[in-house]
Parts: sequence; structure tokens; C-alpha cells
Amino acid sequence: MEKHIKLPLTKELAQTLKAGDRVYLTGEIYTSRDAGHKRMCEALASGEKLPFDPENATIYYVGPTPAKPGEVIGSAGPTTSGRMDAYAPTMMSVGARGMIGKGARLPEVVEAMKEYSGVYFGAIGGAGALLAKCIKSAELIAYEDLGAEALRKLYVEEMPLIVIIDSQGNNLYEIGRSEYLTNAEN
Amino acid sequence: MREINTALITDTVEKLCIEANLHLPCDVKCAIKKCRECEDGNLAKNILDDIIRNYEIADAENVPICQDTGMACVFLEIGQDVHIVGGDLYEAIHEGVRRGYTNGYLRKSVVKDPVRRGNTGDNTPAMIYVDIVPGENIRITVGPKGFGSENMSAIRMFKPSAGLQGIKDFILETVENAGPNPCPPMVVGVGIGGTFDKAALLAKKALMRPVDSKNPDPFYAELEEEMLEKINKLGIGPQGFGGKTTAIGLNIETLPTHIAGMPCAININCHVTRHKTEVL
Repeated sequence: MEKHIKLPLTKELAQTLKAGDRVYLTGEIYTSRDAGHKRMCEALASGEKLPFDPENATIYYVGPTPAKPGEVIGSAGPTTSGRMDAYAPTMMSVGARGMIGKGARLPEVVEAMKEYSGVYFGAIGGAGALLAKCIKSAELIAYEDLGAEALRKLYVEEMPLIVIIDSQGNNLYEIGRSEYLTNAEN
Repeated sequence: MREINTALITDTVEKLCIEANLHLPCDVKCAIKKCRECEDGNLAKNILDDIIRNYEIADAENVPICQDTGMACVFLEIGQDVHIVGGDLYEAIHEGVRRGYTNGYLRKSVVKDPVRRGNTGDNTPAMIYVDIVPGENIRITVGPKGFGSENMSAIRMFKPSAGLQGIKDFILETVENAGPNPCPPMVVGVGIGGTFDKAALLAKKALMRPVDSKNPDPFYAELEEEMLEKINKLGIGPQGFGGKTTAIGLNIETLPTHIAGMPCAININCHVTRHKTEVL
């Protein structure tokens, strides 16, 4: 199903999304990847606050290329989500709900998604030039020293995504492949 | 004896870093388009359409095809009758990468220590591979390598008794394990023979060959075709959402090896398989 949704990603909204839905996302999202997640989880472990309010937040696993003069951002496609698996359940436990990336997730992440009504969206890996088109603003909010891995707040309009894993744990990687193989046999 | 100045090498590496990251090679574009024609699933077709639109935007607007502009793998074939003047060759290459990644607004993705991390800030050092060949030219290829796919690569030291079947199974197992992670449709580079390290190098070099090229040995050319077909029956599909197109190319490179061994390395690349060459 095709759905146009506006952030923030509340629990109620998250529960309406199903694996395989084509979603066009509009609103504020945050960028973070390996080093940023490590730092955020260390901050939480020592009782500090995160650089943004995680409640109902959506995090895009991306390290964009630098913006050319006059541009909002450079190329900005997803990085492999599995590297954030060690941190994702902690992030969901403090309220973050949406994750945008590509690639497989560990069972413990899926369990956390079921517990906290999390949604895992896929953006097309390797389509950084295309995805940058829907990013209308980008603001550095923390960890500037991490370069491409710094934390940014983005405003996106109609960002084209696909629900890979929904809050019930249904997984498009499994469903899509088995449907294809079943059809190919027949 | 021909003299080539390192300043020219720096300029060339700078240019190749930028061009390789902005413009996908024709062989890869053609392979993606060909696969798009053959897909029947709606989602798979849509994904491939978006992948085509993406490289068209990159071409038209001179922006990187992918935000992972990679580690700069620089392959040199240096003619043995060339005399390099003007300074340190390796430093000239690193300087070319430094300038290319800075002036081209490419991402700096290199950390100075594998365990202690810390971004070097200019994407150096380059990974440099040198072959000395007859002649008086220098052939430079820059192949930016992203790590979403690099991380899904594998190497195995087979016993010779494992035979061809062992290699076939290993290729399928590696692609299966990679699944959706390396941004399929992928390109698969296979290196067989040599030593532990040479097998890995062959696999990387296999990725620099055009995806529509064939191994000159008919035995391996057939194996390339057979394995590409088998990979595309796995059903992983574009981005892993199911479909016919799991890989758009598979290249095999080989070397003689020891009587006791059969090393096999598999280097995985994504649909943004970049390489750009210039001969000085």
C-alpha cells in the first residue's frame, strides 16, 4: 500500500504501517550512524541527555557527502543498519521509534521493535543522489568532530521509503523473497 | 626511458577520484538496464527504475552517485621504462586523493587506526596496488570501494579435494550471507589461486573488469555465466525485496597455486561499481 505520512512517528501511527508498504515520509528526522550511536548510548549509560528529544523520533542511518556551495546536503543514501543493531534497542527504550536504513536486522532488534512499536524503513541503498532531493534542510546539532558521522536534523518531504520490518515483526526481506521464489516455481 | 612527473600523477588521481564517484561506467549502466527489462515484479522494477534515475541525477548534476564515496583503491600499472620524477610517488597519489575528495565534495570515510578509529579528514591514505609492466606508460585506475559491500566479502582456504563444487558452493553461500546488506543488485569478484593474499587481490581486480567482459579462458568464462545465473535464482532481488536481479555481473580471476591448496576469495560490490582509468 502507498502511504503519505507526517512525522512524528507516534505509537498509533507506527502500528498502522505494514511490511511492504511504500511510504512517503514528511517531517523532521535525525541522522546518526556508527560513531554517533556509540556516543549517544554512552551518554545514556552515564545518565546524560541525548542531543535531541528521542520521543517518537525517527533516525536515518546516513553519513552524507559534504554539501556543495548553495546546496542543502550532498548525496545521502542509507548505510547498512546491522551495524547499529547493538544500539537500536537502547534507542527504542528511550522513545525513538523509526529507523531508516538498509539491510538485515538481528532478532533482538525485531523483539525491541515489537515491544516499543518500532518501524524499520528501507531507503534504496546506493541512491544517494535521488534521496538527497527530498531533503529540504539540514542542521548540524551535535558531534561535529565526527565529520560525516555528525548528528544532523533534517527536514524531509515525501521521502520515498519501504517498510521492511513492521511493529509486529513482519519482514519484507523474508516475505518478498519467498513470494518471488513461489511465483518463479509456478 | 620516459620521464613522468609526480605532479601529473597527482592531477590525474584527483580527476579520477571525482569522475569515478560522479559517473557510473557504461558497462554497469547497461547491465542495470538489461536487468530492468527482464524483471517482472512491480517492486523490483520500481527499485531498478529509481537506481537508474539516481545515476542519471548524478550525471546531470555532478553529485556523487552514492554517499559512500569509498576508500580510494588506486591501481597502477607502471611501465618499466618509465622514470618517475618530482618526488615521492605514493605521496603524490595520496595528495591526489586528498584533493579529489576535498575539491569534489566527496565523503571522507577513512579512519587512521582500525581499532582506535579517528577520521583522517581527507580520505587518505589511498589503498595502492602496483604492477610493473613492459612499456613506458603509467595506467592509473581509481576504484572507490564502499564498505557496505566490502563487509560482506569472504575468503576461504580450500583443500584441493573440495574441487570446483567447493568453489561454486562458496560463491552461493557468500552471496546468500550478504543478502540485502551490500545494496543488491551486486557485482561479484572472485579470485581463485595464488596465496591467501593474492586470492583477495584477484577478487578485487575482478571487480575492476567491465561487468560485460568474459574471462579469456573458456572454462572460467562458462563458470562466470553459470554462477551469475545461479545467483540470480536465489531470489534475493533488487535491495533484497525479492526478484530476478540479485547480481548484474560476476568476474573470475585466477592464478596458479600450491599443490596443497585452492584459495578462493570473493569480493562483493554494490550496483554502484565504480572504476575510472587513464593512461599517462
